[in-house]
Amino acid sequence: MKKVIVPIGPYHPLFEEPEYFALYCDGERVVDVEWIAGYNHRGIEKISESKHWDQITFLVERICGICSTSHPIAYCNAVEDLAKVEIPERAKYIRCIIGELERIHSHLLWVGLAGHFLGYNTVFMWAWKYREPILDIMEMITGNRNHYAMMKIGGVRRDIDDAYIPIIRKILEDLKPKLNMLTNAVLDDPVLAARLKGVGVLTDKDIKEFGALGPVARASGLDIDVRRDSPHAAYDLVEWKVITQNEGDVFARAVVRLLECFESMKIIEQCLDNLKGKKGEISIDVRNIPPGEGIGHYEAPRGECFHYVRSDGTGSPLRHKIRAPSFNNIPTFKASCIGETISDVTIILAGVDPCYCCTERAIVAYDVNTQKKILDGSDFIRLSQEKTRKIEKEIGVAPSRWEEKNWERDN
Amino acid sequence: MVLSLRKKALKKSLFVFHLSTGSCNNCDIEILDCLTPRFDIERFGITLAGSVKHADVLLVTGIGTLKNIERVKKLYQQMPKPGFVVAIGSCACTGGMFRDGYTMAGPLDKIIPVDVYIPGCPPKPEAMIAGIVKLLNSIK
Ligand code: SF4
Repeated sequence: MKKVIVPIGPYHPLFEEPEYFALYCDGERVVDVEWIAGYNHRGIEKISESKHWDQITFLVERICGICSTSHPIAYCNAVEDLAKVEIPERAKYIRCIIGELERIHSHLLWVGLAGHFLGYNTVFMWAWKYREPILDIMEMITGNRNHYAMMKIGGVRRDIDDAYIPIIRKILEDLKPKLNMLTNAVLDDPVLAARLKGVGVLTDKDIKEFGALGPVARASGLDIDVRRDSPHAAYDLVEWKVITQNEGDVFARAVVRLLECFESMKIIEQCLDNLKGKKGEISIDVRNIPPGEGIGHYEAPRGECFHYVRSDGTGSPLRHKIRAPSFNNIPTFKASCIGETISDVTIILAGVDPCYCCTERAIVAYDVNTQKKILDGSDFIRLSQEKTRKIEKEIGVAPSRWEEKNWERDN
Repeated sequence: MVLSLRKKALKKSLFVFHLSTGSCNNCDIEILDCLTPRFDIERFGITLAGSVKHADVLLVTGIGTLKNIERVKKLYQQMPKPGFVVAIGSCACTGGMFRDGYTMAGPLDKIIPVDVYIPGCPPKPEAMIAGIVKLLNSIK
């Protein structure tokens, strides 16, 4: 049997950090997957041991640009657990608002990229356009589009002024119909359904074996969410529900992410209600961190993010352990990719949202026997997009003129 | 003479290749943001190239980790000359937060020559566009 190895990575034309995947293929079918990481290793845990407790919030913010408030929340939770302090109520609501705004922009980013991989550049442009107002809100209340620096041990760094609240509400109100339109466009599209349903299925047994988290687990029927299961910030003070789906395929993951955006909006609105017209402390002073251990977690957009800190009573931690959700989610490729065709692998890898687009890396396929190059990066995405076009023809849906023009230009 | 002619030709339409060398991926997202409807740099003829061999400009983010530097050098060699290297974000410019880390091999100008520095963490898309415009104006 002639097997072909398809290495994915470590570089990619579009973005995200380098990582490397090797797909072992037999013809069109993928028979095994290998994963090599570490291109992006910056030694954050070690750097953290040389920084002051307060500085670390800025450091952990820079672990990931998309979950850039999830890590600080988890870290602050850990230190607050260690120091046994309770943050003021106003700070709780503000934490929730920032966390949920981030979830919306992260999910929209994913939807856009998934659309791009499937050859729906319209979805990509839509989703990224609708993400901009969220970043505007962030810039207005925190001063930066990303890396908000809002979290602080014992509370938050900045208050949300009453004057901003109607503006935030207005932006969210305007966003809602657009998001609705996007959700319906994605969920009702026959081509997307044909392309995504039944692809990359993870059963709940797989999920438990790999310890997958977040939307990946929730799309396979596992009802887990740290925001509800281990309440912190203001998540137990507001009404919302955990979205789950049972199918476990890429389509279900998209559904979970899209519907979660609406839940996030619900949370933000309730939090704004509770901030409006009230005054209060936004943080308490935590001067000394006693010796001991603390753990903290937060449901990042991709799943539970976990921080552990150990203190010896000095100005910086003795040990700081971080576990990001993608670490658990990425190995599920082993279960979801095997047996699928190469053209589906792009979207399956992206479907787990492994900090998204491992497939946009420099992908090169070599024949094992002859070492001759067969496919490279753009081929890989082209394959995926071609499949969409084929299904479009079968179903009898015409792609939009714009898409067609783009398609011709790119190929 | 030939080189400067070629440089002038570059001014019309820049093909950029984006390379992440150990970043937090926020700079990378902001680069992509430049392509989306609000900023839309394609109207200036700037577009992302799929391969470094088609690129005029290398946009580099991240600190340059030990595991990456060989690949960065290789990609720089593969880029057709004349070409430009733009260091995006505090990480690529100075090492930023991670300069004390044990995997730090950068900043970028220690690895490959850099033409433009765009500081910020992450720089706003407007800042990136301004940087590219300055680069274009400096081409003679
Ligand atoms: S400069 Fe800031 S935003 Fe850019 S990669 Fe570095 S840490 Fe991330």
